Amino acid sequence: MALDDRKSDFNFVGTRPDRPDGLDKVTGRAKFGADVSAPGMLHGAILRSPHAHARIVRINTAKAEAHQDVKAVITRADFSDKPEFRPGLEGEFWNVLENVMAGEKALYDGHAVAAVAATSALAARDALKLIEVEYEVLPHVTDVDKAMAPDAPVIREGAADYSVPEGMHPNVVRYHESGHGDVEAGFAEADLIVEDSFVTEATHQGYIEPHACMGSLGADGRGELWCTTQGHWYAQKYCAALVGIETAQLRVTASEIGGGFGGKTTVFIEPVALALSRKANRPVKVVMSRSEVFRATGPTASASMDIKIGMKKDGTITAAEGIFRLQGGAFPGAPGDMTAMCAFAPYNLTNVRQVGYDVMANRPKQAAYRAPGAPMGAFAVESVLDELCNQLGLDPVEVRLKNAAYEGTKANYGPTYPRIGLVETLEAAKAHPHYAAPLKPGQGRGISCGFWFNHGGETSVSLALSEDGSAQVMVGTPDIGGSRASMALMAAEVLGIPYENIRVTIADTATLGYNDVSHGSRVTYASGLATIKAARHAIERLCERAAAKWGIPVDAVKWENGCAVPSGPNAGDFDPMPLADITADMGATGGPISGHFEATPEGAGVSFGTHIVDAEVDPETGKTSIIRYTVIQDAGKAIHPDYVEGQYQGGAVQGIGWALNEEYIYGEDGRLQNSIFLDYRIPVASDLPMIDTVIVEVPNPGHPFGVRGVGETGIVPPLAAIANAVSNAAGVRMRQLPMTPPRILAALKDNG
Amino acid sequence: MDYHSPASFAEASALAANASGITRFLAGGTDVLVQLRSDLVTPDTLIDIKKINGVSDITRNADGSWTLGVAVTGAEMSEHSGLGRDWPGVVEAMDLVGSTQVQGRATLTGNLCNGSPAADSVPAMVAAGVTVMVTGPGGTREVAVEDIPTGPGKTALAKGELISAVNIPARGERGGDAYLRFIPRTEMDIAVVGVGVNLRLDGDTITEARVSLGAVAPTVLLVEDCAKAIVGSALDDAALDALASAASAACNPIDDKRGTIEFRTEVTGVLAKRAAKIAYARAKGEDL
Repeated sequence: MALDDRKSDFNFVGTRPDRPDGLDKVTGRAKFGADVSAPGMLHGAILRSPHAHARIVRINTAKAEAHQDVKAVITRADFSDKPEFRPGLEGEFWNVLENVMAGEKALYDGHAVAAVAATSALAARDALKLIEVEYEVLPHVTDVDKAMAPDAPVIREGAADYSVPEGMHPNVVRYHESGHGDVEAGFAEADLIVEDSFVTEATHQGYIEPHACMGSLGADGRGELWCTTQGHWYAQKYCAALVGIETAQLRVTASEIGGGFGGKTTVFIEPVALALSRKANRPVKVVMSRSEVFRATGPTASASMDIKIGMKKDGTITAAEGIFRLQGGAFPGAPGDMTAMCAFAPYNLTNVRQVGYDVMANRPKQAAYRAPGAPMGAFAVESVLDELCNQLGLDPVEVRLKNAAYEGTKANYGPTYPRIGLVETLEAAKAHPHYAAPLKPGQGRGISCGFWFNHGGETSVSLALSEDGSAQVMVGTPDIGGSRASMALMAAEVLGIPYENIRVTIADTATLGYNDVSHGSRVTYASGLATIKAARHAIERLCERAAAKWGIPVDAVKWENGCAVPSGPNAGDFDPMPLADITADMGATGGPISGHFEATPEGAGVSFGTHIVDAEVDPETGKTSIIRYTVIQDAGKAIHPDYVEGQYQGGAVQGIGWALNEEYIYGEDGRLQNSIFLDYRIPVASDLPMIDTVIVEVPNPGHPFGVRGVGETGIVPPLAAIANAVSNAAGVRMRQLPMTPPRILAALKDNG
Repeated sequence: MDYHSPASFAEASALAANASGITRFLAGGTDVLVQLRSDLVTPDTLIDIKKINGVSDITRNADGSWTLGVAVTGAEMSEHSGLGRDWPGVVEAMDLVGSTQVQGRATLTGNLCNGSPAADSVPAMVAAGVTVMVTGPGGTREVAVEDIPTGPGKTALAKGELISAVNIPARGERGGDAYLRFIPRTEMDIAVVGVGVNLRLDGDTITEARVSLGAVAPTVLLVEDCAKAIVGSALDDAALDALASAASAACNPIDDKRGTIEFRTEVTGVLAKRAAKIAYARAKGEDL
């Protein structure tokens, strides 16, 4: 048997077949988080703090418990307050528990303080009004810079880890510093130094499907959970710990998912449903309203950043320095380290230094949102690069090409890059008709590069062949981007059977080995790699059966175009034996044929993109229109190009929202002012131009087909590219996101 | 909650007059049902007025004026062959409200009675000189639209009173109207500023004008100074600048999540000019 380690010519990979979940989704047959029910099921509802920061003096649930429709009321006391911590996870278990149900203090507007299960959703909602909570309101802070100031209220003493230098406010809980070279010496060599400060507001992933689940937990400590999630093994581990049962005793099934973008990589309502179910001894369904999603799930961090970059007249960067302060809510976890590491990652820098802060404030615990931390840093750095190009009269693509990282570059965050595709995206930008297209008065063009690490993660895949020669593939990564189609294409490529003959299922936690969450752009890379290896494992079995039938050694058989064939003329003269001929009698020739793979792939392969944006600003109202947008990104190898393009376009669209109108708006009282889609303004279809895409393919050496994840890099450049386009259109540098019409009009007025 | 579907406005009025607690009239329900579902307002008495005869009729009267039933939807207004020819500003303003689905339910009367200073149809109606019939325990009276709202969420309607019809004046010769709003997106949003302009020409000269502003004060405003700024002019640059100044001067807005005082004040003048130009062109017979 001979298998190529690397493949460059494909039969199935790179084609664009219909997605297997398409009919279910367009007909309503697909079952999302809220689409299940069970006999005797109750409906849960959660009481939330109206205060940004308050001590919970007392909770009286007696009236709610006495209501005839109410079957259970829970508070923090109903959770395993000392969950059986696993090594390395103690802190985060506690943090998740504290976020799922407040303990001594409510830490943000919307923080859960109690929950009820009742016979109808309306009864549950009304029963919440019967719960009496006495609060002692405390001073609060929601702004990142104010949260670091000496007089800021302390969210939680002792939350800081070892990395934080002495003398910092207790709200600063992690510190990151990295880089290389001598930045002071580098600045001394510069012909021009630009130093500037930038802020971005928190945004929400804005997935269409609110969080929803149904949990059932018996007195025997065995439970079932159905939920919309990016990672059901994560949900299993955390829910089991929070309700105090063994992990294996909780079976978690991931529903069809209506968007996640990183926001469904943790748990919020799932442990609540299970705790309610245990108390009521009935299944309990909990569905969040949109307002709950905004107030009490995980938006991004907000950021405050200072950037200093020195450049020679020819465009060479001599030194770069950045300070990135990220506010991630009332818990540790804001990705200040990620922001710092990603911000300068596209460039080959001799002297670079970056500092990141993780800062707590009275806001919901931030969660991942596509390339968490990276878009803000790119906004700040790429804005300063644009300003340098403008002041020195240099072409922004040429300057980026001049400084671009390539294979062998020592990255700003430490490692030396293997084969990467940044230069190829910049060359494609330079050659694209968009870049040469003329602009009308009032219009401006912006360029930005972007970087994301990408991730591997624990992965298990199992592949089973049927007697008729079809194949079922069980993967453990919820399909948030068309991955079932991609897995089927990769399995088809290896097995040599049609795409349509393969069914890919997202297996539940009881039927497959452990899988890390669908995050880090890892699914097509890691589950794809695992699918390929599982298919190859099955082929080994198939070749063994063919060898036995032919009576020749197994190493004299190879797999070609869906058939076992003799490996050469000396192996014997046999007709190719199709897969279905082997599986037809597999029960009698040695038993069922399956393949599987379990590992933690480490070769995810970093990813780069370059975006070109044209914007038009109405000088009388400050309103921005995005008139043309081109995304260029390295996919390594596009398995299903439609879904690669979809990821590119989706990143651009979410970036347009983040850049122009989306923001968390807090009042003086620390309460969220815009917790509905009417006032949290994501783009509507008519706001958007057609987003053009260019797929660059510089194969990732860490994947058999060359795949690099594409889910996250696409949202890294847009904030900066749009800000540069708007700044160039308006003739004034925009340093704050979102660039709402009032902010743009004010900037135009200040500029005279 | 008690639900009623009376057969006449007199009956509806009597039901409301005798109800205790919170009463809401239900036409399209695009505000009432949303508030109910989101737990903002749970009425004790819900009076559905859609089953009263004639409430979905659009009638062109002999004098050229129009009478609209209180359950006529935005979609029905937009799809009507004659109404939009006479009053494109009113029809377009109503058409800006909500989504296609909302347009199938939402009504002018509901938009007015919700009492929002940002209601899109209200400045257009005020500029057009629209009146409404108010039916109450004491009978029916005619009230100008600008006299209905008294503050955010509040109206001049007394207990037992409800709007029973909408009267739009005859368009007449050489008249035109327009409504523009500012939102940061392209649709599906709430006005940050709204401006309705209605004017009439003699030759190129404006002889009558009504200018109404939305979302810049506790109620929609009818601004006499704006009308004065353009009446007698051919909408030259000086008149437009005077209009913008008068419009901005009339603003008494708030700072909120949708816009700042400075922004609203500035953009009101900008939109007043733009809306006036459209109304002027329409009065001259241009198809805009």
